[in-house]
Amino acid sequence: MLLNRNAVSQLEDVPIEAVKGRSLWADARARFFRNKAATASLFVLIALGLFALFGGLLAQYERDFVDFTLIGSNAYKGVPSIETGHYFGTDSSGRDLYARVVQGTGISLMVGIVGALVAVVVGTLFGASAGYFGGKIDNVMMRFVDILMSIPFMFVLILMLVIFGRSIFMLFVGIGLISWLDMARIARGQTLSIKNKEFVEVAVATGVHPLRIILRHVVPNLLGIVIVYATLLIPSLIIFESFISFLGLGVQEPNTSLGALISEGAEQMQYGLTWQLYFPIAFFVITIFAFFFVGDGLRDALDPKDR
Amino acid sequence: MLGYILRRLAIAIPVLLILVVLSFILMYTAPGGPFNSDRPLPPEVMANIEAKYGLDQPFWKQIATYVWNVTTQFDFGPSFQYKNRTVNDIIAQGFPVTLTYGFWSFVIAVTFGISLGVAAAIRQNTWLDYTAVGISIGAQVLPNFVMAPLLIMFFTLYLGWLPGGGWEGGQWNYVILPVTALATSYMASIARITRSSMLEVLNTNFIRTAQAKGLPKQQIIVRHAMKPTLMPVLSYLGPAFVGMITGSVLIDVFFSTGGIGQYFVNSAFNRDYSVIMGITILVGALTIMFNLVVDLLYAWIDPKIRY
Repeated sequence: MLLNRNAVSQLEDVPIEAVKGRSLWADARARFFRNKAATASLFVLIALGLFALFGGLLAQYERDFVDFTLIGSNAYKGVPSIETGHYFGTDSSGRDLYARVVQGTGISLMVGIVGALVAVVVGTLFGASAGYFGGKIDNVMMRFVDILMSIPFMFVLILMLVIFGRSIFMLFVGIGLISWLDMARIARGQTLSIKNKEFVEVAVATGVHPLRIILRHVVPNLLGIVIVYATLLIPSLIIFESFISFLGLGVQEPNTSLGALISEGAEQMQYGLTWQLYFPIAFFVITIFAFFFVGDGLRDALDPKDR
Repeated sequence: MLGYILRRLAIAIPVLLILVVLSFILMYTAPGGPFNSDRPLPPEVMANIEAKYGLDQPFWKQIATYVWNVTTQFDFGPSFQYKNRTVNDIIAQGFPVTLTYGFWSFVIAVTFGISLGVAAAIRQNTWLDYTAVGISIGAQVLPNFVMAPLLIMFFTLYLGWLPGGGWEGGQWNYVILPVTALATSYMASIARITRSSMLEVLNTNFIRTAQAKGLPKQQIIVRHAMKPTLMPVLSYLGPAFVGMITGSVLIDVFFSTGGIGQYFVNSAFNRDYSVIMGITILVGALTIMFNLVVDLLYAWIDPKIRY
């Protein structure tokens, strides 16, 4: 016998496991983590989230505490330093910039994520229904989306903010009103091809209720593409909110967002408080970059078109 | 073709009417009129003012008068805040400014964006390609409200080359910074779209046929590849136009150029409804007309579209 008896007996001891198949999601995960920029960006995003949630614990000052001893001398006494506890310096009215950046990042992230969630829920259901029912219903529903899309929404939103008062709540309502439009179009387009697949035919033939077909059979198959576009939607919503806050029409004092902080920094840069501009811009740019890269990575991993 | 234009107009006009009616209803339901100030006026004076602006009329009469004046005479009524000035005066004063730098931004974004994208696609995977891709990825995270302060920081405060605000009748050195701030991120997007579209077109069969026939490369690009390349770019121009006209609000405010955006935001803070509505409707009309032109161009370029 040429076989090594020992090795064979060892082999016998190995418990026979069922061969584990790789699910589509595991495949996608592997593809995502192979993309270095996307993986790094994911960790940056996690760090930003932790910063927004717990960064306040490290702050030496409350975000609305005004240091009156610095008034008139913020430009040289409010320089960023570890010793004074103002890690990012102070703003022009003597408030701790670090604490404000923590809050600004948090609000900007929240606006993006909440807006994207609204888009996912409303847009997916709307688009999937339009695509699934087709015909006249589809025509009316998508015309409605077209009409909403052709209105310059920033102007209408500002009109609304003026009339109903400037508040975070109105901002969320405004963002919720527009964020789902693109998603509805994408979901509809995908649904058109899904509804001709055999499993949907089977469901129809066995008499499943149309709403149930949409929820159980169509929507789960849209999930990949919806996640990709939701991730890419977040940065554009953050930009949208920052734009309004930059104009002073969005988030109101004492609350703040990255857009509002950039605006304050832009007013102060000629008086030498350059850090008040640079720190918010740095956080803004890093956030947007990270979301774009993660979105791109997810698209490569999940979008069946580019495989 | 004529039928197609008429059908598109038949959709565009109701959309505009909806916009007019909707913004009027929003304004009508607003709590607190434009003349409610901290010191309440005597009731007789108030009644007089309301009679002057027609605010004492019943709702249906007010809205009918407004819609009639807007649609037949382009008359948006008097401004509530600036005495003795109508909304038309304000638009006539501010709009040429916005139009000037908006036009240049659009032209620069389109020409530079397309050239950069085409150049990158033709010389794929050379330093030129990498530079173009780098620029377009970098500029993606620099929306106008980030570009504007950074440009002023560098060119006005640090180098002292260009003025950081004002208009002075549109002298070239006052125009450069607003145009750059407004155009950059759209140029980047157009370059990215053009590049990927051109790469896709260059891989098609008819381009291979043209190469096999021995046509010079230049001719292939200009005569055969350019037209299909431009189609996705064309469909991006609609959103880009909306984005720029929205961005002009911020440019006007930040650079104090005196365009309509500055009046818009001022009115937003002072609850000068008639100005806000007038500008919103004007922008809505421009957007809808621009989208119409893009659609017609699209139908003209793409032989697959039946109208």
